[in-house]
Amino acid sequence: MIQSPSDGFCLVDAAQTASTRLPCRAGIGLKPEHFREVISEQPDLGFFEIHAENYMVAGGPFHHYLEIIRSRYPLSIHGVGLSIGGQAPLDEEHLSRLAILLNRYQPEAFSEHLAWSSHGGTYLNDLLPLPYTASSLSQVCEQIDRVQERLGRPILLENPATYVQYTASTMTESEFITQVIRRTGCGLLLDVNNVHVSSVNHGGDACEYILGLPLDAVGEIHLAGFAEEVDTKGAPLLIDNHGAPIAKVVWELYAFTLGLTGPKPTLIERDNDVPELRVLLTEAQQADAITRRLFPNLPSTTEPQKASV
Amino acid sequence: MSTHDEFAESLMQEASVCPSGLTTWNGSDPFQRFAVYRNNVIVSLIDALADTFPVTQALVGVKFFRAMAGQFVRAHPPRSPVLTLYGDLFPSYVCDFAPASALPYLGDLARLEVSYVQTYHAAEEESLTISELSKLLSNETTLSQVRFTLHPSINVVRSRYAVVSLWAAHQEMSPEKVLVSIRPDVAEAVLLIRQNLDVVVVRIEHGAAEFIENLHCGAVFANAVSTAFPFNLETTLALLLRYGAITHYNI
Repeated sequence: MIQSPSDGFCLVDAAQTASTRLPCRAGIGLKPEHFREVISEQPDLGFFEIHAENYMVAGGPFHHYLEIIRSRYPLSIHGVGLSIGGQAPLDEEHLSRLAILLNRYQPEAFSEHLAWSSHGGTYLNDLLPLPYTASSLSQVCEQIDRVQERLGRPILLENPATYVQYTASTMTESEFITQVIRRTGCGLLLDVNNVHVSSVNHGGDACEYILGLPLDAVGEIHLAGFAEEVDTKGAPLLIDNHGAPIAKVVWELYAFTLGLTGPKPTLIERDNDVPELRVLLTEAQQADAITRRLFPNLPSTTEPQKASV
Repeated sequence: MSTHDEFAESLMQEASVCPSGLTTWNGSDPFQRFAVYRNNVIVSLIDALADTFPVTQALVGVKFFRAMAGQFVRAHPPRSPVLTLYGDLFPSYVCDFAPASALPYLGDLARLEVSYVQTYHAAEEESLTISELSKLLSNETTLSQVRFTLHPSINVVRSRYAVVSLWAAHQEMSPEKVLVSIRPDVAEAVLLIRQNLDVVVVRIEHGAAEFIENLHCGAVFANAVSTAFPFNLETTLALLLRYGAITHYNI
């Protein structure tokens, strides 16, 4: 997908990463409590992101509002229930629901997680960790191949926030993700908050983690807040709760990342204790300001814009 | 047992052990970290139920509700990642939940709340216009053999208790002012249907609710009107017409 220069400053990136056509600006998660205000105020934003599963309903207000908002903004659809890291074959029924949703809204990006959430017919509603081994690698790659084949598009895979590690793992998460991307051709949704959370939780170095990733595959970045607890040794244990403002350390890691990747579509993610719309808009402006500070020569964008299709 | 079998099992059990094969970088207890996942799973599912059943929660209090919901989540975890309609089994669980037996209306009230969510997210469908229907309604012989298809957003709840009044009281700013005047053991019935983007909740007669249920099940008109409880057919039909409740008919 080649974009014309008037569509923003994503020209190079769009050519490299076919898995996203989102503009390289900040966007926010679309929350039902903000539907009406988004439509009446038309905030200047790069895109909106929705959780796929919330819109897998037959009709009613969710589709009504999303139709309107989608006609005005680029859209990212983010799945949380596909269980790509699961040990059972993918839920084909769920995959069909996704295909219908993607067909209806034609999002500029679709993403899912390197995690599992269903097992033995039960949906566990959390993003659970998997061991990083040769066998889990081939399993994940098979699942992603199937998803991409069924949806007819490359997906973006998000790095997880984790609290435990497996003794069985034979490679680091960065190595595992790199292999998955090489083998499946999927893109990377780099959740910078997850990198920070996991690095603190496992005594690792966040910058090293990021440097170990195939950064040319980054199609989108996620930023969110976390909660802080301590483990039984008194070391910090960070919880990826999506319920707080983005921490200073995560903003710094974001700037570090952008320095390596160039400008990227960036989501301000907030799923719990959702504040007023203007609070999320302010965080989106903060992200855009970092991009402008790092890349002062980029053309500025003032109007809501849609990436070309 | 696979890695995920053991992990998943420990997540859902009330008194669980740490799954094997987990490690931490600093030698801290992996079970405490594993408990983050357990907590996420159970709490997020209880939260999903609290979103669907706000009045049920208000009637028993947050602490009681969350304990009851927690037991439900372990007994009936979701089968699908689409959580919007999770909890359709919760009303019957509440009915049989012994610690809540002092509030015999609680299960029916939960049924009203789950119906509300179903109505809210139901499919779109064009309604028949009054002019399309008026001819049909004026010819009694034809009418008696008609089967109507009702709007997908229609739900009916009948209860031996005043669940509609209890629910309505909780839509007020100060429910307690209204609640004192409600006699819970008065039978009530309700029709829920979506109008534009809103769910309309209309109190109806018991017989009318039965009539609508009969239509919904595909009974021909002549059979649908024979209900155990008497009701005013004319006002009920007027109500169905006003809300565009009929989408198709066949003779």
